[in-house]
This record gives sequence, structure tokens and C-alpha cells, in this order.
Amino acid sequence: MKVNSDIAISQSGYVFNPQTGESFSLNPTAIEVIRMLQDGKRREEIVEEITSRYEVSQSAFLCDLDDFLDMLHQYDMLTNE
Amino acid sequence: MEKRRYERPLIKPIKAMLPGKVGTDAYLSPVLDIDGVPIERLMREYGSPLFVFSEEKLRSNIQSAKRAFSTRYPNVQFAWSYKTNYLDGICQLFHDEGSWAEVVSGFEFDKALQNGVPGSQILFNGPSKSKADLLKAVQKGAFIHIDNLDELYLLSEVADECGERPKVALRVNLDAGLSQQWDRFGFNYENGQAWETLCKMERMGKFDLKGLHCHIGTFILTTKAYAMAAEKMARLALRVSQELNVRLEYIDLGGGFASHNTLKASYLGGPDISPSFDDYAEAITSAIYKVPMKASELPMLVLETGRALVDDAGYLLSTVLSNKRSAAGRRYTVIDAGVNLLFTSFWYDHKISPAQPYSKYFEDVTLFGPLCMNIDMIREYVCLPLLNRGDHLVIHNVGAYNVTQWMQFITLRPNVVLVDRKGSVSLLRNAETLQDVKGKEMPIK
Repeated sequence: MKVNSDIAISQSGYVFNPQTGESFSLNPTAIEVIRMLQDGKRREEIVEEITSRYEVSQSAFLCDLDDFLDMLHQYDMLTNE
Repeated sequence: MEKRRYERPLIKPIKAMLPGKVGTDAYLSPVLDIDGVPIERLMREYGSPLFVFSEEKLRSNIQSAKRAFSTRYPNVQFAWSYKTNYLDGICQLFHDEGSWAEVVSGFEFDKALQNGVPGSQILFNGPSKSKADLLKAVQKGAFIHIDNLDELYLLSEVADECGERPKVALRVNLDAGLSQQWDRFGFNYENGQAWETLCKMERMGKFDLKGLHCHIGTFILTTKAYAMAAEKMARLALRVSQELNVRLEYIDLGGGFASHNTLKASYLGGPDISPSFDDYAEAITSAIYKVPMKASELPMLVLETGRALVDDAGYLLSTVLSNKRSAAGRRYTVIDAGVNLLFTSFWYDHKISPAQPYSKYFEDVTLFGPLCMNIDMIREYVCLPLLNRGDHLVIHNVGAYNVTQWMQFITLRPNVVLVDRKGSVSLLRNAETLQDVKGKEMPIK
């Protein structure tokens, strides 16, 4: 699972999808997760990194991550390559 | 290494819109305490959900209301509306501030007596008074507000049987200029019913006619309606004095003052449009002074306002149970307080605050309660920070009608506590147990 290569993401979390023309904003946690996806990290690695840095349990973050990935799918921002 | 505060990942579409006259969402201050007692401590010690009442707010509300009227009119009496909130601790606090009791059933009458209110300070309203209720009210010397002719004749029987003269007032309904006229209670002013009944009562010769009562509606946002009602009531009192030779002791304008809640579909928020006590007082007293009565003959002005005195003194603390998405991707958040506890959410958009610090990121949420019922929705549209399971919320302006109209449905009702002026917390009502419910059931024989 990867972020589409043509998606543009600024440092402040502004996202532009040239295929759909849609713009989005990300909060800091979302920026970190997207950067990890761009770096090709697997789901388990993302969970490990976030839960080691933030006050959140694994189960709580897994729930949020699933929801976030689902939204990225909905917005056509992920590929299954 | 110390871990950082977590916020769940959020991606939010940016929608270009034309500039409008309505600004962006106002910053919601997190509410971390109630009168200095931390929310986190309240919920840890008393559970979630939890109703919390503020003694400071209750007392300051009734004192403000009394000041608004008593600085404009010589003889004012507030009567606490039991149906608005009849938890004993709340009622006793209002009685301590000098309020009489306004009750609408035998059950409420007994509650007032048990709260130490003498019968001579109980106003008995309502369309449902049994013969036993009437007998008790007569014997206790309460003021009985006559709602209909059946009740009048029943009270006549009671008077004959017990050999006493009941103290009564007539309930009057009238046109106060509102689009919807409340004519369910009492006798109509404009078509002459009220006057005919007053004459009938005097001809019967069994009653001590003490006053007139009206209740023009609920959540009345215009003071003009009260002005119109007050003038009609005062003119009727004057006519009773002149033509029936009875000097009435009081006119009672009932309740109906709006609180600071926001009615659903209201363009402006409640705090922007609800009149103040001074606004109501100015309209009512100015209208009474239009009627040519001597200062010494002015009847006592009785007010039964409930909602405006107690609504903003009550809070409902709640906990997030789960997050999910609608089919269209909208955020749904489920909390542990539903319409079983918050009956008023059917007609108010209650203000909701987070009870912990949060970042600048918000999302549009539909807030559901915990019941397995589709109607269990607390707010259809509300903008909230990114909530996680276990986060706390404060629902505001819940003091009126919820702890009387709540339902034991699907789950048990929670604790209710009072934060007093010293910052101490005490239970007003214990959380229900399974046995409280099962104890009333009987096995099949």
C-alpha cells in the first residue's frame, strides 16, 4: 500500500491530488503517517513508531489508522502496489 | 523519553466557498472544571455519565430574578416549578432562597410537603387533581388553581364534606399575541368563560377566591406576550374587585421564561436572543402599572419560572464510547449519554464542550447516544475536536426537565451531584441499580 506518486504534500499538511483536482488538509499525526507510507513502511511499522512516540495504546491507534487509511482510499490517494 | 499527546490522524477536504456573512466556527473553550472541581475528578469519583449542578449558579439565578422584579414591583413571590426539576436538593435550595412550591400533581404536592414547605406556600396547578389530592390541599391550606368545571364541582363536594372553605385561584387562558395560543389550561379570558366562572364561584359561596393564574406558553422569547398577559390579568383582577367586591391577593403569571438554550432550527443562538430577567420584569411590571389600581391595592405578583432558573446550572458529563463513519464518510461519534437522559435534545441544540485540551483541528460530527435506537441522536451537526474513545464531553444547559423527564430505558440512570459554594461535591441522587428496577416486578404465579 503506497500513496499515489503524483499526490503533492506540503510540509504544513496541504495536500493536492492532481488527478481529481481536490485539496485536503492534514493534521500533524496524519502528516507523519503519510510520510511513513511514502517511505514504504508497512502497517505494523507505522503502529510501532506512532505508539512509541505518542500516548496512545496499540488498539486505539489501530482503530484510528484503519479509519485514516480507509479515508485515503475513499479519496483515491492510495495504490496497492 | 516522555511520550507526546496523541491526536488521531485527520484528513479533511478543503472546500472553496463564497464568502458569507456567517463566520467560521467559534473557538470552543475546553471546560476542565465546574466551579473549580475538575471534570476528571468528578467522573472518576461518580462515574459517567454524570449530572452535575452548580449551587453558585442556582443561587445567583434566583437572586438575579428576584432583584429584577422586586426593584420594579412592591410585592413579588417566586414559586419553584417542581416539574422542571424536583430533586429534593434542588427544590430545597430554591425554598431556602424564599421560593414557594408550584406543584401539578399529588406526587409533587407530597414532595413539597416533605421538603418542609407549609401548605400555605404551595400553589396547586395542573389539570389532574384527584378528590384525595383536593382534600389534602384544602386541609393543608394550599392555594388550589381551578383548571376546569369538573374540578370546580369536585372541589365543591370536598368543601361540603370537610366543612372548610378552600383557598382558590382561577386558571385563565388568554390571547397574548403569540402565533399559538395556549388554551388548554383554565378558562378563556376573551370569550368571557373566565369571568362567568369567577361569578359562578362567588355565587356558590364556598370558596375563598385569592387570585388569578395564567400560563401563556413555554420558552417565550418575546416579552410583549407577557406584557399583554399581565395587563389582561390586572384588568380582570380590577374588575373582580369592582364588580364582585373581592380584593384578590395575587396574580400569577406562570412560567415560560426562556433559558439560554438554542432551539433547533433557530437562526441565532439562545444567548443572543433570550430576554434577560430585567427584560421580562420591565415588560410585566410596566403593563400592570397601566391598570388604574391604587398602590395599596396592587396584588402580589407570583412567578413560576423554572427553566430560566435551573437550565444553565445543570451539566451532563459524558464519555466517548466509539467513533465510526457514515456511508457517506461523515464522522459519527457515540457517547454514553443518550436521549434516555437528555430528553431536551429533541428540541434543543445543546452546547457541547470538550473536557480536555485539544488542538486547532476540528471535524463535523453527528453525536449519538448509547441506545440501540435510531432516534438516539444528541446533535445532528456539531463541530468538535478530534475525539477518541475515553475522552470526555460537557453538555450544557441541561438543568431543566431532564432529571424529571428522563427514562429508565435500556440502561440505568446515573448519579446526580451538586457542587456547593465551598467546592464540595455531594450526591443529590444515587445511580440506579438493577434491583431498583427489578424490585418493583412481581413473579408470575
